[in-house]
Amino acid sequence: MGKDAAAIVGVAEWAPKRTWDQPMFSLEACAQLAAEVLDDAGFEKREVDGLLCTAIYESPMFAPSALGEYLGIHSNFNEVVDLGGASAAGMVWRAAAAIEVGACETCLILCPMVLPPPPAGGNALGAMKMPAYLGGDAWGSPQGQFEIPAGLVAATPSFALVAQRYMARYGLREETLAKIAVEERYNAQANPKAIFRGKPLSLEDVMSSRRICDPLKLYEIVMPVFGGGALLITSRERAARSGNRPVRISGFGEHLTHKSIAYAPDLLDNPIRVAAERAFAMAGAERGAIDLASIYDCYTITVLVTIENAGFCDKGCGGRFVEEHDLRYDAGSWPCNTHGGQLGAGQAGFAGGLAHITEAALQLQGRAGERQLPRAELAYVNGTGGMLAEQVALILEGA
Amino acid sequence: MGVQHGTNGRPLPWPNPTTQPFFDAARRGELLLPCCPRDGFFFYPRSRCPHCLGSDWHWEPASGRGRIHSFTIDRIGHLPALAPEAPFAIAIVELQEGPHMTARIVDCDPEALAVDQPVVARFEQVDDTALVHFAPA
Repeated sequence: MGKDAAAIVGVAEWAPKRTWDQPMFSLEACAQLAAEVLDDAGFEKREVDGLLCTAIYESPMFAPSALGEYLGIHSNFNEVVDLGGASAAGMVWRAAAAIEVGACETCLILCPMVLPPPPAGGNALGAMKMPAYLGGDAWGSPQGQFEIPAGLVAATPSFALVAQRYMARYGLREETLAKIAVEERYNAQANPKAIFRGKPLSLEDVMSSRRICDPLKLYEIVMPVFGGGALLITSRERAARSGNRPVRISGFGEHLTHKSIAYAPDLLDNPIRVAAERAFAMAGAERGAIDLASIYDCYTITVLVTIENAGFCDKGCGGRFVEEHDLRYDAGSWPCNTHGGQLGAGQAGFAGGLAHITEAALQLQGRAGERQLPRAELAYVNGTGGMLAEQVALILEGA
Repeated sequence: MGVQHGTNGRPLPWPNPTTQPFFDAARRGELLLPCCPRDGFFFYPRSRCPHCLGSDWHWEPASGRGRIHSFTIDRIGHLPALAPEAPFAIAIVELQEGPHMTARIVDCDPEALAVDQPVVARFEQVDDTALVHFAPA
C-alpha cells in the first residue's frame, strides 16, 4: 500500500539525561550519531548523499554545509528543518520525497541535543538554555509586541489555553488527561533509556502534582533533557540489503496554520487533521488497522487533541477515547508511545520528536525489547511543532 | 530586539512603524484595530490584510468589548520577571469585532474566571508604551 520509494533502515538513540556530563559540540554529537546510525544499518558513509538536520549551534547559518564539511560528506540534498517538535517527522518525509524524485538515495537525519564544553571563563549552559521567548523577541516580531508582554511565553501557557477551551467546550475531566501521563509512564518502565524508568506514577500522583498553568499540572508537562538521535533513510532497493527490517514511509502529511496559539484558526481543530488525512489517504491505510500510535506528547492535552484531530475518534470524543482505551504496551488495547513518550522518556530537544519515530521503527523491526508488541506491522506517528502550529503525520509499515 | 524590558525586567512591547498607531491609541485609552474594506477587522496589525493581502486597510476604533475564548492561570510565571506577579490570568479574548487577542485579565479573582465570560479592555501606560488588558465586564 501507499508509497514504496524509501524506508528507514537504521536508528541511533542516546538515553536522555537530566544533566550532560560529556560536553561536546553539536557537530561532534552529529559525527558520533552518524557513525552509530550507519553501523546500525550496516551502511558505508560514502553511500550517504542527503543531509537533514535541525539547528547546529556552532553554525547558526549554513548548517548543512557545516555538517557536510565536518562529516566529510559530499551530498546532493541538504536541508535544515525548522518545525520545532515536528522537525524530525518533517525530515523523514522530506528525505523520502527527495529519494522518490531521485534527488538523492540515502539520507542521514541528525538531531543532537547536547551541552558543549564551556568556553574559557564562560558558561556553556548559558548559551544553551532554550530562551522562554522562543525567538519571539526579534525586532519586529508580532509575538514580541502582542503575546510576550501579556506573559504568553515558553509553551506551557499556550497548551493550557487549549486544554481549558477543550474542557469548557466538551466537558473533559482532568483525570482523563492525567490517565495519559500515568499510562505513558508505565510504558517508560519497560524502556531502559527512559529518564523516568524506575519511577512509576499513579493517577493520584498526577492529580496532586503542582498546578503550573491551569488545568495543566507538573506531571502532565514534559521534562527537558539532553540526548540525541539519528535515522538513516534509503531507497527501497538499497534498504533490502540492510540487516534490519526496512520500515517503509508509506504515507505522510504536513500542515501549518499559525505561530502564536492566539491566532490558531480554531484551538480545537488542529493542523494534524489535514496532515493525518493526507497521510492515511496516501498510504491507503485505515485508522483501525494500525498496531501502534506514536503521538507527540509535550503535554497530556497534546496527545488527546491529536488523537481526536487525526481522526481516531469523532470531534469532542477525545476524552471518551482515552477513557475507553489503554495506552500501555502490554494491555492489548491501543498501544501508544510505547517508549514512554516524551512525558516518560524525556524531551531531548528535537530528538524528543525523533524518539516517536525511532520507537515506531524499533517496534516494526521487532527490536523493542521488553516492550515489544506481539504484532507490529503498521504504525501512525506524528510530530507537533510550536504551539500546535505545525504538525506532521507519518504512516510507517514493516516491509 | 523586539521586546523592551521595564525597570523590573517585565517584558514590554516595542512598537515599530506598522504597529505604532495601535500603541499610541492604547496610551490614550482607545482600542484601535486594523480593518480591511473587504474582510473587516483583523489582528494583530500588519502591513497587509491576512485574508486578501490588500494594503488598503484603515485603523478603526473598536468597542473594547469581548469574551474570554480561553484562559489559564499561570501559577509560576514563565520568566524570572513574571514570577513575582504569579498567579495571573492570561487569556485569548475574542473581541466583539471578531479577531482574537492575547491579554492579561486584570482586576479579577483568577479563580472565578470562566470561558465565554464577557470582558472589557483596560489600558495600562508603562514608560513610553502601553499594554492592553481586559477585565470582567
